[in-house]
Amino acid sequence: MNILVCISNVPDTTSKIEFTEDATAFKTDGIQFIINPYDEFGLTKAIKLREVHGGKVTVAHVGLNTSEPTLRKALAIGADDAIRVDIEPKDSFVVAKELSAIITQNKYDVVICGRESIDYNNGAVPAMIAELLDLPFINACIGLELEGSTVKLEREIEGGKEKVNANLPIIIGGQKGLVEESDLLIPNMRGIMTARTKPLTVVEGSSTGNKSLSVSFEKPQAKQNCIMVENGQEKELVTLLHQEAKVI
Amino acid sequence: MSVVVFAESNDGHFKKGTFETLTYAKDIAQSFGLDCIAVSIGSLNDDIQKLSGYGVDTIISFSSDIDACDSKGYAAILSKVAEDHGAQLFILSNSNLGRSIGPRIAVRMNAAYISNAIEVPSNDTSLRVKKKSFSSKALEICESSAEKTVISLSPNAYKTTENSNPNCQVKNIESALESSNVTYESTEKASGTISLAEAEIVVSAGRGLKGPDNWGMIEELADLLEAGTACSKPVSDIGWRPHGEHVGQTGKAIAPNLYIAIGISGAIQHLAGVNSSKVIVAINTDPDAPFFKAADYGIVGDAFEVVPRLIEEIKAFKSSN
Repeated sequence: MNILVCISNVPDTTSKIEFTEDATAFKTDGIQFIINPYDEFGLTKAIKLREVHGGKVTVAHVGLNTSEPTLRKALAIGADDAIRVDIEPKDSFVVAKELSAIITQNKYDVVICGRESIDYNNGAVPAMIAELLDLPFINACIGLELEGSTVKLEREIEGGKEKVNANLPIIIGGQKGLVEESDLLIPNMRGIMTARTKPLTVVEGSSTGNKSLSVSFEKPQAKQNCIMVENGQEKELVTLLHQEAKVI
Repeated sequence: MSVVVFAESNDGHFKKGTFETLTYAKDIAQSFGLDCIAVSIGSLNDDIQKLSGYGVDTIISFSSDIDACDSKGYAAILSKVAEDHGAQLFILSNSNLGRSIGPRIAVRMNAAYISNAIEVPSNDTSLRVKKKSFSSKALEICESSAEKTVISLSPNAYKTTENSNPNCQVKNIESALESSNVTYESTEKASGTISLAEAEIVVSAGRGLKGPDNWGMIEELADLLEAGTACSKPVSDIGWRPHGEHVGQTGKAIAPNLYIAIGISGAIQHLAGVNSSKVIVAINTDPDAPFFKAADYGIVGDAFEVVPRLIEEIKAFKSSN
């Protein structure tokens, strides 16, 4: 059982998002980067699948060497090896194209991506890989169990969940539910030590072929001062919501 | 040349987000001087003519039902329509289904894919779209470098406008389906719940509620307001509420007209998922809770006192209006 977990390197969820003065790029000064939280569920799931079915867990990332601490963390959590495609991708399509090339070369049974990354939120990479490689694809995946060459999946739908079956190999867009938050594996000392010597292969890629690019960024308008209603005056709140805000 | 828009339906009914995408597509078609073609897939309980009320020139209706898990099947039909009608732009909602099929359609059309759009693209030398980014902590201008572009529209971000087109043509087609590589087994739906992505009002609660047994008043308030119910990340992590209710940076991003946050402090990760809400009410015992800086209206007080009183006042309001 060979599993590929695709990893994004994203600003910590507590980060305040600021941009360069010309507003063309995200300002990374003082930002702590982490494994994209959606991918973290996938990584723990992959390691749990390996415990039962054997095989290997590889993590792949498309990005510059500034992402290596994040990849080493994935190795410390328990991945066997890592692949980094050494380009700065301009859009999701370039990422999907590079990951597809890795998947074609190495024959994985299961490819787990996060449903989206918490930086640009495009949520496009797993579906694009599925389309490029004509693989079965399930998005918003919250459950995955293997039975021989078939895979039983559960996915979130609006207002509920759905059970689906497919044959391997498969690609999924994962999220919380693949494993629970409390099950997430964290690196222990032994993991951190061995991660230093685990293979991290750097491959060349092509940053051309993008179909879109980010031009500029802005911050959404901040709320005006909050109108405080006194405790006990809930009637006033209802009146404000009806007459002033016009939302009820 | 045309704009093709996917008119998404669920259980035979067009969704609220569908009318937003139709309005959006029609506005683009007008601005770019293109025809607007709406495509519906699956059997309908709604009248297909409903779509003509939003200005589209042509409606194409495929009667064959495809399960929503078969993103390939949807992408095959929709990209074929786009190709047959020389689509320059393809529009769909950034819904659960839209997120699975939009990127596939973009690959098939050799198009750029821009998600979470909130405005009509500029129509000058290049096609640029304003979209949500960094979990709504920022807005981004994204430019298409391709000849064709697939845009997913953020739900609750674009106001619908009725615009009846009496010359609208309807074509019914029985489609040949591409074979699926996933098989549907079963669905488990919570009955009577309102989809969080499309809810006009959302009532949300956090750890301030102290335990799962105290959600009765939250559900009662939500019922009264015909609202969806949501919760903070810690509440879903400890299992007081299902994961599907978790809103925030790593849960669902929502943008209702009214978001009522009860016993949620307003950590930056939570605000990221809800700060696109048009009006925010925060109820918290702590006057320094960060949520009051991100809210429009606030009450400092104990949820167990404030919420029951609020319920009574809303009942009184409803009976007098």
